[in-house]
Amino acid sequence: MLIRKAPDIRPSEITPERVFRDRRRLLKAAGFIGASALLAEARAADTIPANHRRLANVKKVPAPAGLTPNTFEEVTGYNNFYEFGTDKSDPAANSGKFRPKPWKVAIEGEAEVTGSFDFDALVSPHQLEERIYRFRCVEAWSMVIPWVGIPLGDVLKRFKPSSKAKYVAFETVMRPEEMPGQRYPILDWPYVEGLTIAEAMHPLTLLVTGVYGVELPAQNGAPLRLMVPWKYGFKSIKSIVRIRFTEQQPPTSWNLAAPDEYGFYANVNPKVDHPRWSQASERVVSSGLGSLLASRVPTQPFNGYAAQVASLYTGLDLARNF
Amino acid sequence: MPGQVQIRRVWKPLAHVACALPLAVLLLELLAVGPFRIGPNPALAIRDTLGTWGLRLLLATLAMTPLRLATGQAWPLAFRRLLGLWSFAYVLLHFVTYFVLDRGIELGIILEDVAKRPYITIGTAAFLLMVPLAVTSTAGWRRRLGPRWTRLHRLVYPVAILACWHYYWLVKRDVREPLLYVTVLLMLLGWRLVARRAARRTAPAARPD
Ligand code: HEM
Repeated sequence: MLIRKAPDIRPSEITPERVFRDRRRLLKAAGFIGASALLAEARAADTIPANHRRLANVKKVPAPAGLTPNTFEEVTGYNNFYEFGTDKSDPAANSGKFRPKPWKVAIEGEAEVTGSFDFDALVSPHQLEERIYRFRCVEAWSMVIPWVGIPLGDVLKRFKPSSKAKYVAFETVMRPEEMPGQRYPILDWPYVEGLTIAEAMHPLTLLVTGVYGVELPAQNGAPLRLMVPWKYGFKSIKSIVRIRFTEQQPPTSWNLAAPDEYGFYANVNPKVDHPRWSQASERVVSSGLGSLLASRVPTQPFNGYAAQVASLYTGLDLARNF
Repeated sequence: MPGQVQIRRVWKPLAHVACALPLAVLLLELLAVGPFRIGPNPALAIRDTLGTWGLRLLLATLAMTPLRLATGQAWPLAFRRLLGLWSFAYVLLHFVTYFVLDRGIELGIILEDVAKRPYITIGTAAFLLMVPLAVTSTAGWRRRLGPRWTRLHRLVYPVAILACWHYYWLVKRDVREPLLYVTVLLMLLGWRLVARRAARRTAPAARPD
């Protein structure tokens, strides 16, 4: 498992934690685990401040070969979350007032079960899993992030969407008093996003509640966000308060703001450039002087998840539906 | 009013130190000295800091003439070259970080950027127009070029306009900061137009045209 080449993690492949730990201890004893993986783990454990609540009972999966997670500091200190400001350091700096609990999510639209649901009602029936995913921002930088969450599809199925549910629309909370970025019309607040029902039900699509084994910090989209690893980061909407099953393609914030720059699909695609920068390669975010001379790496179609998701788009002109 | 000697001995060295300060801070951040941190994406942080200071110092250069007119004193002019050259230094380093750290010295990608991405085309134009200004900034060139020197150095206006435009075009959505620089630029250029018109009205006979 640890030396596997394939970059994907399917739910069926998740090793039960106890087995995994035992195996890991053996491997460690035998000196088999890559130094970088150990180092990353040690670094992460060192740098997670004690005020972050650990999540209990998370199914762990080892990092797929070649994926070394970014540090906790990088993952929580370099964010695009315009609700808290447009600089990468703004979300961490300006989210101190944000209160992610209590939290309710409205489930609406083309489904049998609708209504307002408490965070716990939504999440606790499910087994939390850690998934280590590549994360690719539309601004041509990337990270590797150990998310904790549950497959979105498993949650959505509980509401029994009808045959008319062709899309799922999401909405971010609107709290200008806690989110200073919302006091300026940088985007048309609240932030909205959407997926096709097939994308939403795909096993890779995650409803995220944590990162690095702790509760999601405010700057990463507390308490509940999406993670669609084959799409540009802006699709993975944060701090979700509304989920609506719809028949029509729902509006999405960046597409409304600049339709020629950001499409509805926003699948990672090295062949379709943003009008103002190339998407052919990306800069892997990494602190430290060593990163200065690190070269950019080629961007992979569907961010490296083509084997799992390309079939969702057969027959679709991806250059036009960017 | 400070005298020539005081300007040379005290104020100019101080101005050099002030202009070098952002570079020093950048170095401290890179070396993670004390509370200074560069953040998780050092190459881009360097590039952006250098570009920002290049623009600020360019506008500071353009502020010296209005400052002279406003104060009625000549000393601001003594800092024009100093500020202009520091601006050029930052822009040059901005370009070098883009070229080396961001783009990994890949000429193909850079040429594609210059050709296909208008904000880079404009930035490149601004940078290239600054080169002759920096080269001819010495007293020797000034003497040699005579009145042509003044005309050549009017290039600083298109440079400043292109630089602000470059910034305005590259931000993704939040144009508040670039608009701030545009506003300052418009004020500095507007001041010149108003002042020139006023000068023409008060002393029409002084001008041969
Ligand atoms: C007079 C010349 C120039 C000035 C004053 C200038 C100024 C700036 C400023 C203020 C920024 C924004 C920094 C920030 O976001 O905080 C910037 C970004 C940038 N500049 Fe320049 N620049 C100049 C020339 C150039 C040239 C010649 C190039 C490359 C050929 C270039 C490439 C870039 C790039 C790639 C960015 C970052 C864009 C992004 O954020 O995606 N600039 N520049």
